[in-house]
Amino acid sequence: MFDSALIPKGVKRCSFAKFFIWVLILHIPVLIGTVAAILCWGLALNQTYLNNNFPFGLWIAADLGIIALGGGAFFTGFLRYVINIKELKNIVNYAVVIGVICYAAAQGILAIDIGQPIRGWFIFWHANVHSMLTEVAFCIMAYFMVLCVEYLPLLLENRQIFKFSVPRSFAHHLHEAMPTIAAIGVFLSCFHQGSLGGVAGVLYGRPFAYREGFLVWPWTFFLFILSAMACGPCFTILITKITEFFAKKKLVKKSVVGILAKISGGLTTLYVLLKIIDTLGWFGLVKEAGAPVKSFYANQPYGWWVLVMEVIILGAIPALLLLNKKTRENEPILILACVLNCAGIVMNRWIMTVQALAIPVMPFDKFVSYHPNWVEWATTLLPLWVGAIVIMLSYRYLPIFPQERELNPY
Amino acid sequence: MKDAHHKGEGHQEGHGTVYKYGMVINLDKCTGCGACMVACMAENNIPFRKEDTNDRLTQNFWMRVYKISNGGSFPDNDICYLPRPCMHCEGHGHHNRTPCVTVCPAVATDYNHETGIVSQIYTRCFGCRYCMAACPYHVRVFNWWDPKWPEGMEEYLNPDVSPRMRGVVEKCSFCFHRLQRARNKAYSEDRREVHEDEYQTACTQACPAGAITFGDLTNPEHKVYELKKTPNAFRLLEVLGTNPKVYYTSSRAWVRKAADVYVGKEGSGVTHT
Amino acid sequence: MFPFAFEWINDPSHFVFMGGFYFALGGLFIAVNYCVMRALFDWLCKGGENHNEH
Ligand code: SF4
Ligand code: SF4
Repeated sequence: MFDSALIPKGVKRCSFAKFFIWVLILHIPVLIGTVAAILCWGLALNQTYLNNNFPFGLWIAADLGIIALGGGAFFTGFLRYVINIKELKNIVNYAVVIGVICYAAAQGILAIDIGQPIRGWFIFWHANVHSMLTEVAFCIMAYFMVLCVEYLPLLLENRQIFKFSVPRSFAHHLHEAMPTIAAIGVFLSCFHQGSLGGVAGVLYGRPFAYREGFLVWPWTFFLFILSAMACGPCFTILITKITEFFAKKKLVKKSVVGILAKISGGLTTLYVLLKIIDTLGWFGLVKEAGAPVKSFYANQPYGWWVLVMEVIILGAIPALLLLNKKTRENEPILILACVLNCAGIVMNRWIMTVQALAIPVMPFDKFVSYHPNWVEWATTLLPLWVGAIVIMLSYRYLPIFPQERELNPY
Repeated sequence: MKDAHHKGEGHQEGHGTVYKYGMVINLDKCTGCGACMVACMAENNIPFRKEDTNDRLTQNFWMRVYKISNGGSFPDNDICYLPRPCMHCEGHGHHNRTPCVTVCPAVATDYNHETGIVSQIYTRCFGCRYCMAACPYHVRVFNWWDPKWPEGMEEYLNPDVSPRMRGVVEKCSFCFHRLQRARNKAYSEDRREVHEDEYQTACTQACPAGAITFGDLTNPEHKVYELKKTPNAFRLLEVLGTNPKVYYTSSRAWVRKAADVYVGKEGSGVTHT
Repeated sequence: MFPFAFEWINDPSHFVFMGGFYFALGGLFIAVNYCVMRALFDWLCKGGENHNEH
């Protein structure tokens, strides 16, 4: 093969031509997304369906969702390096790759979303330390650096680079320092996952989103951390399964996936319980203020079904499926549970941003609905395609899956 | 303290005296003519697009007149027009801060404790729109487009107000430039006090029905001081705790009720400024 | 934001927030540089031999 010198030893990859054609095909949606992004930068945000009633739309909801899904990186890192579950070394690399993609995506989307991208650095330079968004920006930026450092040893392990002694020993020492780096990552992640929850939770002008809390943090702060820890591993499993599907071979042992699924099941259950308590507490809060709870669910499409869907169908059901050993070990059911879990978190992020803005606060305000247009979709999906290319490259040229050789001898 | 600032004693800018500029809008007088909106747009160089004049979701208004109805059918039907500038919320209790100000990550908007005016710094704002999400009154608007005026109209822009670039948030400033102008005048005349009639917003002066009264809510010599205490006075969404500095008065009970979603709890827990 | 920015206020929020941030960044910086140093040190000790052993 043309590039066989770069491919890790002892593993099989498809032909270069096939690989190249796939990368080329993926460039089509990448191109569309890039055009959409250039439209937003060049012609301003009137290219979207955002408006003064919906200053936040698909982008912010997707951002929150992507970061929650990317939470698998910090949580798996935490389990592997801090708690020291050795088995997880077989999936932690991939969790890092997924994390890098998710966080790069989130920052990219934000760069399109803000009205004056050139002034984006103001958030760091003129920071208002009381704003949840500042906390988000600082921690995401710093955590992205952490992820890049975690990705670095993988990159250095490419066969050709690894031949040289300096990169090799650098990678080796980075591996040794990984517990420290992972701990920094956990510290940063807890804060930004939480403050993403705080973003909506502190809006006391929006009773739908507002929550009381502990010190400066509303309850949503803690719920968001927990939900990211619960669904992040599910997303890692899901992407691993998709990769296995396309690679047509097993890459990670069932037992490894099982550990993640089990932990995720426990955390999802805890999250759903706390979410129910939080919702009931919020019912009490708005009732005390004199607002009928049903008024928050009176506008279609945001009826009661949203709550049922989020908490029961996309919350309790995957939690139970993951908790139960029998269902967890059945692969199709495991995949279903992961899909439901991830969808539930993304839905939660949509609810906390878009639905929170959709519900009229002034009594004479009219409900208006919002749906994203193609520009928003194309830019939001852009990271998906770029991510797929990054995964393809990483999978082809880097030894991401330590168990691949053992599982597929040839 | 009030007395001290009256006599002008010890009042130095930045060292003590607190004004709380605010408005009282008499909804019984408002006819919904929209003169305040027009005056505001002219005064503050608000750009507009012909295509958007009917699209209230992308057109920028700093002052917007809402039409509200009691929902009854003839002959019980009644309507009311409600002009809505920025409330210049102060926040109180455990929400001791202005909703939109605390959230701004770049300190592009600020609550001025000397004047009670919530400012907006256009060149600092980078357009994240978090403040828009925080404001329950839909006061804040975003520049979705590059600012444009019909041919020749640029010549008529107000030189005291900077036009905004696209991609930033803007909102009613209580015509802050007029306060600056009045202060300069007072200063040149060796006064420290700005008289009530020296600082009035454009909408106040434009209203043909005299529905809007503007002044310092803490100064007993200003008309708003008494007006805000009348039994028919209320504020929008008081229960949220935003502590607005714009008061409304109406003799009609349904209008007062319509101002707060949380009927039955109107006016509770609110400290009057 | 640096402590010499004109918006800087000496209050607990600024100390805690920026302190935490610089603590994390500093930790990362030190960890990475430590690894770089160790790698260079290994190389120097081996007498500059930088070629493949495979
Ligand atoms: S009305 Fe809205 S924009 Fe004005 S001060 Fe209150 S929250 Fe801020
Ligand atoms: S849009 Fe501008 S003023 Fe509003 S929160 Fe963002 S930076 Fe601050």
